[in-house]
Amino acid sequence: MTKPVVELTETTIDALPAQLGVYEIVDLTGATIKIGYAGGRETFGMRTALHRELSDDIAGGLRFRHEFTHGYLTRWQELLMLYEADHGALPPGNADHLGTLGRLSPLSVDPAPTGSNSWI
Amino acid sequence: MDLSLSDEQQLIVDTVRRYVQDEIVPLEADLDPDAGELHPDDQARLIEKTREMGFYGLDIPKEFGGPGIDVTTRALMAIEMSQHRAGLYNPCYGTFGGAGLAQLYEATEDQKERYLFPTLRGEKKGCFALTEPSGGSDPARAIQTRGQRDGDEWILNGSKLYISGADKADFALVFARTSDDPGRNGVTAFIVDTDTPGFHVRRVVHTLRSTHYATELQFEEMRIPAANMLGEENRGFAIANDRLSRQRIPYAAGCLGAAIKAQEMAIDWAKNREAFGGLLAEKQAIQWMIVDNEIDIRHARYCILEAAQKADRGERFRTEAAMAKLVASEGSGRVVDRAIQIHGGVGVTKDLPLERWYRELRIRRIGEGPSEVQRLIMAREILGGSFK
Repeated sequence: MTKPVVELTETTIDALPAQLGVYEIVDLTGATIKIGYAGGRETFGMRTALHRELSDDIAGGLRFRHEFTHGYLTRWQELLMLYEADHGALPPGNADHLGTLGRLSPLSVDPAPTGSNSWI
Repeated sequence: MDLSLSDEQQLIVDTVRRYVQDEIVPLEADLDPDAGELHPDDQARLIEKTREMGFYGLDIPKEFGGPGIDVTTRALMAIEMSQHRAGLYNPCYGTFGGAGLAQLYEATEDQKERYLFPTLRGEKKGCFALTEPSGGSDPARAIQTRGQRDGDEWILNGSKLYISGADKADFALVFARTSDDPGRNGVTAFIVDTDTPGFHVRRVVHTLRSTHYATELQFEEMRIPAANMLGEENRGFAIANDRLSRQRIPYAAGCLGAAIKAQEMAIDWAKNREAFGGLLAEKQAIQWMIVDNEIDIRHARYCILEAAQKADRGERFRTEAAMAKLVASEGSGRVVDRAIQIHGGVGVTKDLPLERWYRELRIRRIGEGPSEVQRLIMAREILGGSFK
């Protein structure tokens, strides 16, 4: 994901459109805590998913970045695989991931050939 | 042609229909609309159920331990198995088991021991790596991946595109050019372990099918034991043609299943939704769409059953299988399109499965050979005089 991270607050979340997509939660040091998605069952898309993350943020201070995409499931899996390829493990918030993840050996950190989401 | 079902076929159809309605559809109510997998606990429970029903591994040939279901009954089952949200590409979420890559049934005994049987036992997964960036519909000429013999090994260099499941596979069936012949007689098939040095899954390729991605592969100085060559050198395309034609029949039947369900939904909606002082079902515009749907559905059903019955009788069925694939994939796309039109706004929401089928059926006109290739197959047989 290439967007800059912003603070995870009621204000920043409510400013988002209620669309579907993927997001990344990071801590104050910039380390990725969790990669999630706002799927088709979320009442208000990205807003609902991020509000849930905010309510789980007991200590406060988390940040996030996001991408809107209808291919949220495949993009989410791709982001998890890229993270695992870089770090050797999943982010702590995804440690209970149930499905089988594939293995990628990307040439670069973000291998999307034409910046598939860069226009968002 | 007899379109009626035997008592046994009717029993099987009813059983599968109940299974889909009672076991699969309720689970989907809690899944993401684009989900492609069940919770592992549900998956395991349902596999146990299909084993008890005697249907697990239903595509495995009888000589390899499968239930020995004929092509016609298999097609009838496929029509039922696809009648749920994920049904087109993941009928019943794989709880009826898989049969592995068709080409492996033509492998040597050693290769079967190492790849086919572990696949049938669920211990290994394979993927099929044919298409390249240079093309997919005419792979015999498009293949640029090179294979060079070096003693007891082959060295492969090149790339593949739109490959499903390569990132999770234990082995891949890779086709490479191994001679200067620019056509099909210069291509050899290899079984490649995906942990072989030089085998890279470079990226995920996102498609309309947002449940499941494809991948792009790169091979760099990948050394393959000569014992992993599948079939004869430069004869990679001759492998399993009959089985591949056979697979087009349940593929077509899967398309038809989604169309039948979409038509049921459209009829139900038309009989209950009111507009301009009456039910939609009373409007001629809607009636004609429903009738056009029925024509597409019956046309596809006829072609599928004709191909299946010919296969079961041991007759040539290549033209019929190609026709079934073409008619079912194109006709089902039209049916779902009309069903969406009848539903109006709700038809394009993720509240209903129609939008997912609409996207996925568009891919079905390309997968397993695009419509144009199916026409090419039929034209060759009709004009070549082998079709009578």
